[in-house]
Amino acid sequence: MNHSNSNSSKPIVRMDKVNKYFGSLHVLQDIDLEIVPGEVVVIIGASGSGKSTLIRCVNGLEEFQQGHIEVDGNELLPHGKSGRALQTIRTEVGMVFQQFNLFPHLSVRDNVTLAPIKVRQLDRDRATEIANKLLERVGISDQADKYPSQLSGGQQQRVALARALAMEPRLMLFDEPTSALDPEMIGEVLDAMRELANEGMTMIIVTHEMGFAREVADRVIYIHGGQIVEQGSPLEVFDNPQNERTQNFLSRVLKH
Amino acid sequence: MEVTFEFDWAAALGSIPHLLPGIPYTLLISFGGLAIGFVIGIIFGLLRISPLHWLRLPAGLYIEVFRGTPVLVQVLFIFYGLPQLLGGPINALVAGIAAIAVNSGAYISEIVRGGVESIERGQREAGLSLGLSRTQAFRYIIWPQALRRMIPPLGNQAIISIKDTSLFSVIGVGELVRQGQVYIATTFTALEVYLMVALLYLAITWSLSLVLRTLERKGLVGQ
Repeated sequence: MNHSNSNSSKPIVRMDKVNKYFGSLHVLQDIDLEIVPGEVVVIIGASGSGKSTLIRCVNGLEEFQQGHIEVDGNELLPHGKSGRALQTIRTEVGMVFQQFNLFPHLSVRDNVTLAPIKVRQLDRDRATEIANKLLERVGISDQADKYPSQLSGGQQQRVALARALAMEPRLMLFDEPTSALDPEMIGEVLDAMRELANEGMTMIIVTHEMGFAREVADRVIYIHGGQIVEQGSPLEVFDNPQNERTQNFLSRVLKH
Repeated sequence: MEVTFEFDWAAALGSIPHLLPGIPYTLLISFGGLAIGFVIGIIFGLLRISPLHWLRLPAGLYIEVFRGTPVLVQVLFIFYGLPQLLGGPINALVAGIAAIAVNSGAYISEIVRGGVESIERGQREAGLSLGLSRTQAFRYIIWPQALRRMIPPLGNQAIISIKDTSLFSVIGVGELVRQGQVYIATTFTALEVYLMVALLYLAITWSLSLVLRTLERKGLVGQ
C-alpha cells in the first residue's frame, strides 16, 4: 500500500490505443493512458462520455475490441481473451462502485473477509483480523455484525472501500463513488478516499466532485465522446483549460 | 319430492382413521418428487441461462414439454406406457414420484432461472472485481441470494405438486384420494369423506405455508 514515487518511472497501468464499441457506438477511441504508482488520477466528463467504461476496462469488467492494456505487468487482450491474467489483475485492482454493490446476504464483516478467504486463501481468523482493522479505519467497526441494509449509504460505501482494501490492492478504481449518496454523506466517503490517497495508494477516480478532484488529484483527465480531450494538473485543467469542450464542460459544472 | 340431507358427522369423523394411511403416500410422492424436481430444476434452470446455446436448447425443450403437458398424462405415460419400452412393470409409487419430479422439475427450472437472473449485475461485478472466479461469484454471492428469492415461488410449486398427487389415484397408488375412494365404496358417504379428504390436504398445505412464511421471515434479514 506504500508504493511511493521511487519507481514512478514504470507505469502500473498502460493503455495503448484502446478502442471499444457498443454495437456501432464508438465509446472509447484510441485511449492512450499511463499511470504511475502512487498517482491519483481523476477522470471527469459528462455522463455517457465513456469515463466509467474506461476504468471498467482496467479490471476487465468491460471488454474492448482493439489495443491493449497492461496492469502491473499483466496484459489484457481485446475481446476478453486475457485468460489467467484477468484474474491476477482483479486480485491486485480494487474497485468501488456507484451503487456500493455490497453483498446483502452477508454481514458487514463477512463482506470484507469473503475475498481474502476464498481468493487469498487466508484462514478466517487472519481475515477477520484484517477486516476489523480496515473497518475501524473507515469508522465502521461498531457495525461489523450488521447487514448492509441496516447501514446508511455513506457507511455502506465505506464498507465497500474496506472490502476492496482487504485484498491489499496495488491500484484502486472508483466509479462515481459518491453519486448515489445523500449530500450529507458525501463528505465521509471523500474523507476516507482522501486518507487513502495521502497514504500513497494509486487511484483512478471517476467523479463529479470537482472540489475533491482539485484537492486530491495529481492529474485530471477530461473525457468527451470517448476521447481524452485534455489532461493535466488540477490547476491546468480547472483554471486554465485549453480545449473549448473542456471549457464548456467546466463552465457548466463549476458554479463559481 | 323433497330431499333432505343430514350431514353425518359420525361418518365424517369415522372416516379419518381410514384416510390417514394415505397421508404417508401423499407426502412421500410430493416431497420425494419435489426433492428430485429441485435437483432437476437447478440443473436445467442453470443450463437455461448458459451462454452456450447447445446447452440452453435441450433445457428449453425439456421445460416446454413437461410444462406443456398435463401431469395426469405424464403419470399415465410413465405407469402404463414406459413398461412397454422397459419390458417390465413400474411400481405405482415410483411412477408417481417420477411424474412429480419431471413435472415440478420443469417449473422449478423456470423458478431457478428467474431467481438467478433477478440478482443485480453489480453483485457479480463486485465479486469478480475482488478476484473471485465466476464459479466462486456464483456460489458465494449470486446463488445464496437467488435461493432466498426463490422461496415463495418454490413454496407455491410445492403446494401445487402436493395437490397434483391427488390425480395419482388413477394408477392405484394408495394416497389420500385413493384411500377415500376405497372407503366410500363400502360406506357410500361421499360428501363426508371427500370433505375430510379436502381438509387433510388443507392441513398439509397450510402447515407448509406456515413453515415457508417462517423461512421467508428469517430470510429477510440482510435483504
